[in-house]
Amino acid sequence: MTTKNSEKTLVVVQLTGGNDFMNTIVPYTNSHYYDARKKIVLGQDDFLPINDTLAINKNAAPFKRMFDEGNMAIIQGIGYPNSNRSHFRGMDIWHTCEPDKVGSEGWLGLAVREIDTRGENVLTGVNIGQGLPRAMAVAGVPVTSISDLEGYGVMKRLEQEQLRDKALQAFKDIYGQAIGSGVVAEYIGKTGLDVLRGADMLSEVAENYNSTVEYADNSIAKSLRDVARIHLSGLGTRIFYTNHGGYDTHANEMPAHPKLISDLSGAISDFIDDLEEHEAADDVAILVFTEFGRRMRDNGSGTDHGSGGGAFLFGKNVKGGLYSDYPSLDPANWEHSEDLQHTIDFRGIYGTVLQQWLEIEAKPIVKGDFEQISPFYL
Amino acid sequence: MKSDRALVAHLMRRAGFGATPAELDSLSSEKTYDEIVDDLVNPDRFEPIDMSHVERYYGGEPVAVHVGKWLYRMANTSRPLEEKMSLFLHHIFPVAWGKSEHGPSLYSEIEMFRKVGLGSFRDILRALSRDPAMIFWLDNNENHKDEINENYGRELLELFSMGVGNYTEDDIKNASRAFTGWTFRQPLSLYPYGHHAADFEFLPNDHDYGEKEFLGEKGNFDGDEIIDIIVKQPATARFISRHLYNFFVEDEVQVPSWETVPPKNPEAVEELTTAYMESQGNIGVVLKTLFSSQFFRKAANKPKVKSPAELIVGVIRQTGEFSQPKPGIHEFAVTTLNGSPFEGPLAIMGQRLMNPPTVEGWHTGFEWIDSGTLSERVGFVEQQFADPSKPGVSAMLKKAGSLDGDPDQLVDRCLDLLGGINVRDETRASLVKYASNLKNEKSEVGVHNLIQMTAATVDYQFA
Repeated sequence: MTTKNSEKTLVVVQLTGGNDFMNTIVPYTNSHYYDARKKIVLGQDDFLPINDTLAINKNAAPFKRMFDEGNMAIIQGIGYPNSNRSHFRGMDIWHTCEPDKVGSEGWLGLAVREIDTRGENVLTGVNIGQGLPRAMAVAGVPVTSISDLEGYGVMKRLEQEQLRDKALQAFKDIYGQAIGSGVVAEYIGKTGLDVLRGADMLSEVAENYNSTVEYADNSIAKSLRDVARIHLSGLGTRIFYTNHGGYDTHANEMPAHPKLISDLSGAISDFIDDLEEHEAADDVAILVFTEFGRRMRDNGSGTDHGSGGGAFLFGKNVKGGLYSDYPSLDPANWEHSEDLQHTIDFRGIYGTVLQQWLEIEAKPIVKGDFEQISPFYL
Repeated sequence: MKSDRALVAHLMRRAGFGATPAELDSLSSEKTYDEIVDDLVNPDRFEPIDMSHVERYYGGEPVAVHVGKWLYRMANTSRPLEEKMSLFLHHIFPVAWGKSEHGPSLYSEIEMFRKVGLGSFRDILRALSRDPAMIFWLDNNENHKDEINENYGRELLELFSMGVGNYTEDDIKNASRAFTGWTFRQPLSLYPYGHHAADFEFLPNDHDYGEKEFLGEKGNFDGDEIIDIIVKQPATARFISRHLYNFFVEDEVQVPSWETVPPKNPEAVEELTTAYMESQGNIGVVLKTLFSSQFFRKAANKPKVKSPAELIVGVIRQTGEFSQPKPGIHEFAVTTLNGSPFEGPLAIMGQRLMNPPTVEGWHTGFEWIDSGTLSERVGFVEQQFADPSKPGVSAMLKKAGSLDGDPDQLVDRCLDLLGGINVRDETRASLVKYASNLKNEKSEVGVHNLIQMTAATVDYQFA
């Protein structure tokens, strides 16, 4: 089974809660780091240097390997002016590219609409996880949201096939007849049929998949395995979305954060290996982002919400290396006397993947012209 | 029968969270429709839930526990409109946990909504302006005599009473001045003292006692006097009336469009506005007018998509799983997977209670639905009704009868057992066809599937 998907595919991984960028990509020779971080600080044995000033947290060792192999781009200091410290508002801004007002259209939903203008494939955009993120939501754009691949669809709990067939037929009757019965019932009816269409296309995915890669038993590994399974089935998905939660490390950061980045880096590395095994790695790029970085100074057991975070791109066609500049750690340059300043706007990075990878015009989606980078071999 | 059973079912879905067949039997045989409405708007006639018993099961700090307690009250109250109004007020005065991360204050705010929700709008706004959760949410604790913070003053006029276009920027400034010094005392710290809400506090030294001009009136107004002026404005009457119509009768467009898009039923909103003006803003009177009106009686077929809270509480009532306190009700808000918190069905369906996305609250109506939320709605009912040992489910299975009889009657019994739900003829026909198809299956299994399917219909998504 090697259904090759010749079209470029983007996988977006959201690190929910605000990843501590400084303890992921560590400025290990900078005295300001050690001055500000009394407890939430890495020791000499805890990181793997990538150059004279920066190191990758040892718990994310697979990142070091991918960086050395040239498949990992580190986008330093990503953010936006007046970074919002609310998770929810912050995420909203990242999802809609609207820092100044409440936006309702998600950037990836708009991208799905550009790719599949007539909404012919309900799987053009697929979210793996619970609840459709706003990034994927635009009125009238069908996208599929799957929290459990085996469980997706309706009447899945009916074990007997015959009973399930009858139930599905009834569901189809009921939802199909809602077409033409008033705007709202019609919309719900159509959405129900989208669920059925998606579930139908997805029904063979589990059976078709075969891999020697053994993913770890954690949430992000499971999600990326689902992405691999769907992608390798060649169902036309161009944009995948998933999230990895738990990064809001106000307290207990030292035990929690290493596990998170260990799970994350292992999952991404396994995911790329899996794609390579199926000769499908060339056309997939992975963008990893978080809503904000964390405060310069720690609070004794963790770190509070800050700004100036970091994003990552992975893939066989990604030009590995460092992009933009590491935010200045000098207290004289801190925002609000406690935060790192961003050095590149996230909308420029969205623009980069939209324009250069998915070949979609970025400006109407990110709402402006923002500095892009050139992280792809094309 | 003293009242029409289908009409009572409609009333109880809108004014509450749906009625069971037994409740419909007793209501419609014992009371006229007008008497039922009168009871709904006079909740004091019924005993409140004894929460001391309930609190023992649902203790703790996380906001999910507070949401769970609220769901329990919605499902088990004998004062359904009181809970429904607290949900309404949470929709239009949305305060989110995400800023304060302080669950007890949010829970106290809901309790305040219960107390004032059916009284005068003046008392509602007075209580709201003194509510610590709201004060912190909209920064009124940062609104000082010498340094005005307009956040609360602005939203009070824009989102909480009159709507845009009915006041000037100067009105906002002057209203904000009147609320200077309205703040709260810090709650006791969580550890080691347990869980405490904050208390309102007025700081005379931080209050601007000077003269203000507001909506054409002049005086040394304080916050209460500003509210007195606000609540007598026809704009306030119209705005609140439209909110009530939107929440109880028929989905309107989203609130930010109200300035430009006229109401779906202008006469109905006018009728409510008149009731508001004549009763000096008594919300109980306005609601009595609403539920007694012809437009409400005819609204059973108007599109009104259930919010996730309405859907979930309706289902909990029907399955009877939480008719007595038992652990686990918070899992509708947050559940646990491999030791990590995991969003529960409320959130997956798009409504984190006590944590609305913004000060504008949730987008409602058809915007509740997308493929993920719909898949969750259908999967949720399928799962909730799957366990035949739940008291409500086992009772339904007993009463629904067998597949052997007339499928038409079987479907009608299922519709009735799910709370007298109202479906389109096409849906009913599809269910009858399904029931006939199931004939050669094991009767109990087939009937059970039919009940699950009835709760999975397009029609079940509507209140």
